[in-house]
Formats: sequence, C-alpha cells, structure tokens
Amino acid sequence: MTERRTGTRPSILKPGHTFASVTDKISSIVLTKKTPAFWWIGFFVSFLFWMLFLGAVCYLFARGVGIWGINVPVAWGFDIINFVWWIGIGHAGTLISAILLLLHQQWRTSINRFAEAMTLFAVAQAGMFPILHLGRPWLAYYLIPYPNTMALWPQWRSPLIWDVFAVSTYATVSLLFWYVGLIPDMATLRDRAKRKGFQILYGMIALGWRGSAMHWHRYETAYLLLAGLATPLVISVHTVVSFDFAVGIIPGWHATIFPPYFVAGAIYAGFAMVLLLAIPLRKAYGLQDFITSRHLQNMAKIMLATGLIVGYGYVIEAFMGWYSADKYEQYAIWNRMTGPYKHYYWSLILCNILSPQLLWFEKVRRSPLALWLLALVVSIGMWLERFVIIVTSLHRDFLPSSWGMYSGTIWDWSLFLGTIGFFLALVFLFIRFLPMISIFEMRSLVPEAEVAGEPAASRVVPETPS
Amino acid sequence: MSAPHPVERGDLYGLVAEFESPSVLVEAARRAREAGYRSMDAYSPFPIHELTHALELPKTKLPLLVLAGGVIGCAAALLMQWFSAVIHYPLNVAGKPLASWPSFIPITFELTILFAAFAAVFGMIGMNGLPMPYHPIFNASHFALASRDRFFLCIEAKDPLFDLERTAKFLESLGATVVSEVEE
Repeated sequence: MTERRTGTRPSILKPGHTFASVTDKISSIVLTKKTPAFWWIGFFVSFLFWMLFLGAVCYLFARGVGIWGINVPVAWGFDIINFVWWIGIGHAGTLISAILLLLHQQWRTSINRFAEAMTLFAVAQAGMFPILHLGRPWLAYYLIPYPNTMALWPQWRSPLIWDVFAVSTYATVSLLFWYVGLIPDMATLRDRAKRKGFQILYGMIALGWRGSAMHWHRYETAYLLLAGLATPLVISVHTVVSFDFAVGIIPGWHATIFPPYFVAGAIYAGFAMVLLLAIPLRKAYGLQDFITSRHLQNMAKIMLATGLIVGYGYVIEAFMGWYSADKYEQYAIWNRMTGPYKHYYWSLILCNILSPQLLWFEKVRRSPLALWLLALVVSIGMWLERFVIIVTSLHRDFLPSSWGMYSGTIWDWSLFLGTIGFFLALVFLFIRFLPMISIFEMRSLVPEAEVAGEPAASRVVPETPS
Repeated sequence: MSAPHPVERGDLYGLVAEFESPSVLVEAARRAREAGYRSMDAYSPFPIHELTHALELPKTKLPLLVLAGGVIGCAAALLMQWFSAVIHYPLNVAGKPLASWPSFIPITFELTILFAAFAAVFGMIGMNGLPMPYHPIFNASHFALASRDRFFLCIEAKDPLFDLERTAKFLESLGATVVSEVEE
C-alpha cells in the first residue's frame, strides 16, 4: 500500500499532515463552541420539512391511506417508490465500508464514516414507508414472529416477510458497524473535549477505550469479520427488495434480471447521494486535504460503472419483454415507452443513462460542481426509475377493464419531501456532534504511521488471524 | 521520573514510557519482550500491526465466536420456520409441501448474518473487558494524548522482573521521552 501514498497518483491525504494535525482538524469541527451560520440555516430548513413529515404522518393516521393517490389497480404508489429509493441510497455506506475495505481501497477511509451515517439515516427513512402504508400501522408488530394467543405466524413463503428480515438485519448490522468504527474516535473526543458534559457523554460512548494493543488486535479482527459479513448482506438486501416485484406475476416485474439490476441501481444511487453530501461538506468545513479530488473522481468512476450496469438492465428488460413473446410482457414495455407515462420513462433514460456518460470526460470528473449536478440528476433519475417500474406495471396489467391511472396527492409529496428533510436534519446533527471522518483511520494514513524496518503492511486491513 | 511523590509499592500499577513514533514503540516493545518482561501492554492512537508481533500477543478467539454466532443464527432461523410451518400452524397451500425449505433460505441467511454480527461486536467488546470506565493507565501523565499522537508502553508492577529503579532505567534506554509511575 505504501507505493499508493508516495507514488505518482494524486494522494488520498494531502502531504504535510501529522497525527496531531489530522486529529485536531477533524475533532475541532465537533468540539468547537461556535456553530457555523450555514449549519443553523441548513438545519432549520431541514427541520421545517421534518415537521411537514410529522404533520403528514399525523393526518395519515387520522384519515388512513385514502389521503394518498393510490387506488385499484395502482395500490403501490409513492410509499413503495420512496421505500425502494431510500433503501437504494442506503447501500453506499456499507459498500464503501465493507467491500472497499476488503478490496484494500485505502481512499475509502475519509468517506466511510459519513457514508455509513448516511446509510443509517436513509434506511431509517426507508423503514418507515412500509409501516405507514400498512393501513393499520399500529399492527406492524404482526410482522415479527412471536408466540401469541392467536397462533399466528408470518408467511415465510412471502418475499414481503423476507424484506422485513432483510431490512431490519441491514439496519442493525449497519448500526453496529458504524458504532464499532466510532469507539476509538469517541475516546479521542473524550480526551479532547473541554466541557465536562461532553467529556462524560463521549466517555460513555467510548466505553473506556484506551487503545491497548490487545484491544486493537481484537478490534481489527472484529471489524474485518463485520466487513466480511456485511458484504453479502448488502448484496442480499436489494436482492430481496427486488423479489417483492420479481416473485409477482405482474408484467414488467416478473424478470430474473431484477436482483442484479436493483443492486447496481442501489450502489449507483448511493454513490450519487454520497457525492451530493460530500461536495458541499468538504467545501464548507475546508476538508479538501482529506476528501481530495481523487476521492471524488473515484466515486464518479464507480457511478459511471454502476450506471452502465443499470443501463444494461434497462436494455435487457426491454429485450426480454419482446423476446418472451408474451403479449402482456410486450405491452408492458411498449406502454412504458409510449403510454401515458412515457415522459417519466424518457426522463429516466435521460437522467440515468445519457447524462452520466459525461463522466467519461476527466474534465467533468475533476469539477466538483459538475459532479454535484450530475449526482442530483442521477438521484432524480433513480426515483423516476422506481416510479416507472411500479406505476407503469400496475396501471395496465392483464385486463383492460381494470386499467387505471395514478398520480401522487399533496400528502404523498409532503411525506416524500418530509423524509428528505428528516434525513438532512439527521445529517446536520451528525456532522455537528460526531466526527464525520474516521480520525483513527486517517492517522494510519499519515506517512509516519509506517513502522520503520518492518515489511510494509496495510494498517487499515490487517491479515486475519487464521 | 516525573511522579510528584514516590508511591507505596502496593499502590503501584506500573511504569509507563511515552514514545513519539510508532517505530520507536514497536522497537521498545520488542526489546522489553526480549528482556523477559511479560506483564505489559502498549497503547497507541491507531492499530499498529507490527505491535501485535512485537508483543507476541496471543491470537484472538473472536473468529470462533463469530462462527458459533452464525451457526446458531442459521439453526435458529431454520428451526423457527420449520416449526411454525410444519408443526405449529400447518397450512396446506395448493398441495405444496409444508417444509418448503427453499423459501426459508432468505430469512435463514439474514439471521445467520445478524447473529454472527452480534457475536463479532459484543464478543469484541466483551473480550476487551469493555465497558470499563476506570483503568489505572488513565492516571499516566499525558495519557490523554494516547488518542492523539503519543505512544505508550506500560510494564506492570506485577511482572516478576519488575524493579522500580532497573525497569525505569531500562525504559529510558529504549528511547522514551518520559517515564513515569502509574498508581493503581
């Protein structure tokens, strides 16, 4: 790994940093008494939308799902679109933390912490939608297998119950992964904090971490094992989400391409969201030394690669629709392209397939503004993708007599925008109270971290004890 | 020797040496080990792989615990689904077998991962003896810097070779910037 740091490629940590400067720079963002003005403005605006969300939920509980635009045949509307959109965004964090760790990609170090936080917050938004759409959300606990006097059990053969287990396992493991990563940094904040209250608070979260060699040894083993466990997990989550559709017989859903194409789409959307957050944050907090241009370019390349896989998914979807020689499948695809929702379909192609091709140009990858705008376009495109998959398949299925149209109401939009506010408010709280970059992992990127006279070993990824 | 006043031998936890770079710490740990010291620990602001070798730390049993967690999760999930679908509430759907195990796989997979992850995290925390709000090493001077940019090696008083004078001289000879006594 040494040659990566000293070689000709742009570095992942600007030269000149020491253990102390890395520690102080990142911890000072949290420990400062002065909260920057943009933080207050950003948090306030997000908070307003968060309150809009709470209002929409209250009205939903009072009136029921009839306030939404859903109907028969389109019984899945914004609720499921938003669920899939948010859960997709929630894939980048674990991908960066786990898969890039196993692949020895050291550049992940400065982005993994807030990508994981973003994952947790996105999964939290996602997790609310299936419960809200239950109609009787107070009975959501029926989904959990527990001994009860009604002798009821969940239906194990249903992808919807698989989803409950996949999403809740994913949320739990992501939380554990995030917390384990935070423990040594909490010890740093405990030792740096000036105010008694923060010393106690961070001290409690740090569990008395003291950086002992044996502790680090077990810590790294646990972290590596967690990465190994989270890698198949992250793949499984969106696979199971895609089963919600693929196991059904609705034309346009019943396709074997769905699992890989959903997973690629999730990584695509997730990296777009990481870029959307990382670009303003590094500017606002002056973190260009840590989140360098190379990080942004690497993320752009991953977006381009996954975007191409998603594009392949669209092509195969259309091809299989035609090749199936099934008139319902053929009509489902034709209706997507030329039916009443054709504007959505073609906007989706523009957002997800055509505009990301700009990422082939190095000039675009080097421009943070261009990347930010493209990430925004991709995020919109991924929302449109879920809209197209769900609505265009449902609104015209087998019998023309049961065809219908769908559009979201003001309450659908309030809930959707509300969750964006909720998400951003959580992100703002996170960057104010927790270190947004993993401090101890950044220290191990400082050149002096290399032990002299020893064979070079990657400190981020140790050998596993066999 | 920066301790303000000499402490009784019974109250002494050990002698702690402070170093400025990971390389010096690893070298010091290796030489202390060679000199025959066994009850010692090193403290650093980030994991130093070479330190594990220098101190000849035992391999952790954590992977076995994680494996056990995964096996228990897998068995529990399969058993739960089989019991409810075959014994407790058998439901004949279109004459399909009650123990339709392929559709039990996704939940089995998820619970395997979940239990293994719990074992990894809580196993690591538990084997490390955390949470531990108090530890004598926190009494060492400058120890707050162990989470910033300083590296510490502590030889504990319970080591049979421990001798206040000789051990202190030995630690100073290893390139320590400060050597101080730590109270229990």
